[in-house]
Amino acid sequence: MFATLMQQIANGIVFGALIALVALGYTMVYGIVQLINFAHGEVFMVGAFGGLATYTWVLPADVKQIWYVALPLMVLGGVVVSVLISLAMERIAYRPLRNAPRLAPLITALGVSVFLQEAVRLFYPNATSAQPFPATFITTPLVIGPVTVPASGILLVAVSIVLAILLQAYVNRSRMGRAMRATAQDPDTARLMGINPDRVIVVTFAIGAVLAGVGGVLYGVYINNIDNQIGFQNGVFAFTAAVLGGIGSIRGAVIGSFVIGLVKNLADVLLPGGTAYDYVWIFVLLIVVLVFAPQGLFGEAERVRA
Amino acid sequence: MSDTVQTGKPLLEVRDLCVAYGAIEAVRSVSFTVQAGQIVSLIGSNGAGKTTTLRTISGLLRPRSGQILFEGRPIHTQPAHAILGMGVAHCPEGRRLFPKMTVEENLLLGAYTRKDEGIAEDVERVYDLFPVLGERRGNKAGLFSGGEQQMLAIGRAMMSRPRLLMLDEPSMGLSPIMTQRIFDTIRDLQRLGTTVLLVEQNALAALAQSDYAHVVDLGRTTIEGTGHDLLADQRVRDAYLGEN
Repeated sequence: MFATLMQQIANGIVFGALIALVALGYTMVYGIVQLINFAHGEVFMVGAFGGLATYTWVLPADVKQIWYVALPLMVLGGVVVSVLISLAMERIAYRPLRNAPRLAPLITALGVSVFLQEAVRLFYPNATSAQPFPATFITTPLVIGPVTVPASGILLVAVSIVLAILLQAYVNRSRMGRAMRATAQDPDTARLMGINPDRVIVVTFAIGAVLAGVGGVLYGVYINNIDNQIGFQNGVFAFTAAVLGGIGSIRGAVIGSFVIGLVKNLADVLLPGGTAYDYVWIFVLLIVVLVFAPQGLFGEAERVRA
Repeated sequence: MSDTVQTGKPLLEVRDLCVAYGAIEAVRSVSFTVQAGQIVSLIGSNGAGKTTTLRTISGLLRPRSGQILFEGRPIHTQPAHAILGMGVAHCPEGRRLFPKMTVEENLLLGAYTRKDEGIAEDVERVYDLFPVLGERRGNKAGLFSGGEQQMLAIGRAMMSRPRLLMLDEPSMGLSPIMTQRIFDTIRDLQRLGTTVLLVEQNALAALAQSDYAHVVDLGRTTIEGTGHDLLADQRVRDAYLGEN
């Protein structure tokens, strides 16, 4: 039992690291435009397909054998696809609704989500069945006592933590990061400082897409197969993690993700129902947290906008 | 107070401005000019349309009709961030600092559009002007008193090196001593070459400091004259200076 628990904790940390890469995009976009971008899970999904497509059709055969060359190029391919899709959805679907009632972009986001799932189903060969992801670089797993973590899992955790720290530093220290925080706190006054809100929003969507694209490709490498539903499935966990941590908060999204990852994996072995009840336990947790702390673990009470 | 003649090309010209929120016209017909180097006030009661006028000049609102010319160029079709870049800074009603950011971050945001080397120097200049801000530069802006916040709001607006500084109710909620301090600062800024457009409900204090002033009533500019003249005007005294 102890060995199983330790293994599940390790799995939970890896899953949390993955979810964090997606949850950061939800929380960043919400912080700036107060939109739950339900299509953000699909940005993760198209990133995974972008990475796979790069491997399948772009990389020459000899490069495919050298994982430390092939993997960065796949990540790059996935990120490019994610960013392009994300910026297109912002420009085409959300920007025209900037001044519409909040419900309109929310419903649009659901529409964009379905659109992207279906577009991949229609145009990527056999995207509905599990597409095998290249596994050539997952060689020796890390074994610590009873716990075994594949190399791809270690990579996922390392990349996720490094990117989260870089993002936090960027938002706190850079000129654009300052503009983002200003826009989140008081959009009108930010404009009076000479900040162009469109530019801030575009950068925010792009950053979220970079993280999701990296996450998508590393997910494929870790799980070994992808289909056009992975965005929805993992997007629900990531969105829940962002809300649990306090939507709008970077630290909250990361911690919320690890909480979700651990709860999901421990519930699989400790609570009745097994993996089929994943969503049940995670939403129970979400409801309990929101009852006692409606702003989430690290969020702030809803700002009243003038 | 200098006797200023209303001649030459004005720095700012507002022509027959009309601004509406949906069906409600907050500004019906506002026209006035601001000559470079002056302090010009808009006075009037709450709801007269003064704040709406400033928000339209700075590009946060779009006029239904009328024109706003800055240095002879129409700006009322430009977005707010571009108008700041042209040299119009707006220190909004209620100060509107970024309360969760430090004093220093607020000042740096004021200089957001600048790319030159002089930003750090200008930050120090604000600290020289308001030593209390310099002593607590790392503190969150939301923790300061009303008067200190107003100092920071003015300092932040000055960080863009504006040619026109628009101040909306800078004395609101301040003690008489602090109000005097703020008006002295506005005078100093004028002396250093900044043109000031001031909106105030505190008509007495505003008129005493102004080269020229306009009364805004029910969305229209009505009486105008030098600050000195309006202080002596019986209609102004009756309506805005609390005399009957």
